[in-house]
Amino acid sequence: MSKTLHTRKGETRLSPEAVCRAQDVNDALPSDSVLTSLSSLGATEHDRRTFLKLAGVPCLTACVGSCMAGWPSLALGAGSAPEEDSRFIVEAQFYEKLPYKKTRCKLCPRECVIDDRERGYCGVRENRGGIYYSLVYSRVCAAHIDPIEKKPLFHFSPGSLAFSVATAGCNVNCKFCQNWDISQSRPEQVRSTYLPPKELANLAQQSRCPAIAYTYSEPVVFYEYMRDAAEAGHALGIKSVVVSGGFIQQDPLKKLCQGVDAIKVDLKAFSEKYYKEVVNGELKPVLEAIVTMRKLGMWTELVYLVVPTLNDSDAEFRALAQWVKSNLGAEVPLHFSRFYPQYLVKNLPPTPLETLERAKAIADAEGLHYVYLGNTPGNAAENTYCPKCRRVVIERIGFTVKEMHLRKGKCEYCQQPIAGVWQ
Amino acid sequence: MRQRLEPNRREFLKNCAAGAILVGGTHRLPAFFSAREKTRVVNARDPLLRGAGSSLDSGRLLKMLDRAVQALYGTDSPLEAWKKVARPGEVVGLKVNGLAGRGISTSVLLVEVVCARLQDAGIPQKDIIIWDRLNADLERAGFRVATRQDHMRCFGNDMLGYEEDLAIYGSVGSCLSRTLTQACDAVINLPVLKDHGIAGVTMALKNMFGAIHNPNKYHLNIGDPYVADVNMLPPIRQKVRLHICDATTAQYEGGPSHMPQWTWPCNSLLMSRDPVALDYTGWQILEQKRAEKAMKSLRALGRAPDYIATAADANHRLGTNDPSQIEQVEV
Repeated sequence: MSKTLHTRKGETRLSPEAVCRAQDVNDALPSDSVLTSLSSLGATEHDRRTFLKLAGVPCLTACVGSCMAGWPSLALGAGSAPEEDSRFIVEAQFYEKLPYKKTRCKLCPRECVIDDRERGYCGVRENRGGIYYSLVYSRVCAAHIDPIEKKPLFHFSPGSLAFSVATAGCNVNCKFCQNWDISQSRPEQVRSTYLPPKELANLAQQSRCPAIAYTYSEPVVFYEYMRDAAEAGHALGIKSVVVSGGFIQQDPLKKLCQGVDAIKVDLKAFSEKYYKEVVNGELKPVLEAIVTMRKLGMWTELVYLVVPTLNDSDAEFRALAQWVKSNLGAEVPLHFSRFYPQYLVKNLPPTPLETLERAKAIADAEGLHYVYLGNTPGNAAENTYCPKCRRVVIERIGFTVKEMHLRKGKCEYCQQPIAGVWQ
Repeated sequence: MRQRLEPNRREFLKNCAAGAILVGGTHRLPAFFSAREKTRVVNARDPLLRGAGSSLDSGRLLKMLDRAVQALYGTDSPLEAWKKVARPGEVVGLKVNGLAGRGISTSVLLVEVVCARLQDAGIPQKDIIIWDRLNADLERAGFRVATRQDHMRCFGNDMLGYEEDLAIYGSVGSCLSRTLTQACDAVINLPVLKDHGIAGVTMALKNMFGAIHNPNKYHLNIGDPYVADVNMLPPIRQKVRLHICDATTAQYEGGPSHMPQWTWPCNSLLMSRDPVALDYTGWQILEQKRAEKAMKSLRALGRAPDYIATAADANHRLGTNDPSQIEQVEV
């Protein structure tokens, strides 16, 4: 069922009634999203039929005399392209100016050097005359109310809802991306709506969501919007959680951590080779970012999507678990998530349950306290167990919290503190 | 005038002697190159192209184009050659490059003379579409956006959008422009001869980045193998029939943006049916100019366009980058 409320051509307004809930795999864009962006890779404003209709419309611009007498003129005269919506465009916060109107992006470790009128790898930041702009400020292409467990954040206000938003763009290109329709597109290629920070915060409040989640694509690429929205949310008592690949430079990360409340990092693998070949990114800066998050006291959870044959060896699971324990602490939740074939990886099967269980057994053996399995509805490894008495303190079915046995952040049975943000 | 689509005996023999690519047909793909055939790259020049001023002389440009197309197809007249490029009834797309604005984009005048010759060859105005990524790019380059179906059309991919399904080859997964996949039967590729700060050079192969929705993802590793892989996507391989590289003004450094201090009036057109041979030839021209200016080679700078060699390898076979297999014809 469509939940959209169209107000004018090319734009969609959101209302609390317009949103709905979905059960899906971790952080996949729901099919009944408020903004049905998945099918909008076509023309932003015109589909083919509309265009054919437009064929009857006179040319948009005036004609100047042709250089070749008697031939149709192709030269541009007066007039120009339709005006771009300037509401979506703000100067980027992290970049440096280079000679000859070039810019170097300092937001993510890729450090794209960008010529005038070109965009960075993310596709949503553009150099215009030597000034670098974000093109996705308030330009929301997906909005939905999700259980916070869907992010997944299992130790952050369990059972609550998150008003989840995304813009187009991503600073990596994972071959298994489940939301590639928006993450690998440019903002003008997806249907978007104008949702400024205060309006987003108001919508979250009206929807009784205690948190805003920046998710689905890669929030690092809509950094300026995310920070302002988090500030607007806090003014209304609404928290902000970030679902990210963690491919971000230290300076912007530190500033981000001042304004948000939790970050879930998709740690795609534990090898540079995988990051280079499958993700088109780098592992080292991601690990450094996660360490920084923890040092700054940010509540952090990790997801590791287990892709058969590519990142599912015992050695990699063990190295990952050892690194988490020694660099982040045993109390950081680690979710091993099931892969389903999509986007550019359709030749591999879904992750066998045995593989996920093997991963969990290794991480448990290394001493991590909270190891979960994801995209395995009904599995006992979706529950939170007290690391001391081993009883279930949060029982889940899919993304639904069935029972909680926590009191003031402690196990109800043995009073063992359970790490997390419980209010 | 008699209209023929097949070469006559004299042309056939000429083509055989020259190792041309058109033997026995009119719309063969580069994959039909055999090891024994040379591929032809025509370099049409006219030092007086600009006359006394800086603007191009349309009459001389038309003559240059005529010389080039005749030399490429081995015909007695330009009309015969153009009839081999496209047939009446086909919609012909002209893929220009307008990103850098008027200074170093496909010349409007060149597009006009190509359109004129297509019309002479029986392609009506309504069956000609000039296209690039964005309407804004076209307008910055000096083109006029036009959408009337009974006239020549000119618009960016933002008008028809992109296919929803991915086209996949090797390292590339992209949604193709509907202008390419749905609106055009044949494409003439009209890139510009210029330097590219990331990909080394940008000419025929790289210009096809304007046919996909996510070109920003494919500049890693100096575009290798991405540029070659994009050109393997079937609609591109099947529909692009001719490459005319606008080298009336060329740029040897600072691209893809327009940097007037590094442009020069090259006053030539490069034409080929083989995008790899054309790009290889154009690359050498840029390197020669860089050497003249005492600048380091692209290889020395770490941005040699190795995607050209990849496009020629056994997995791609989009053409040849072997100088011994390239017949350079100057007219």
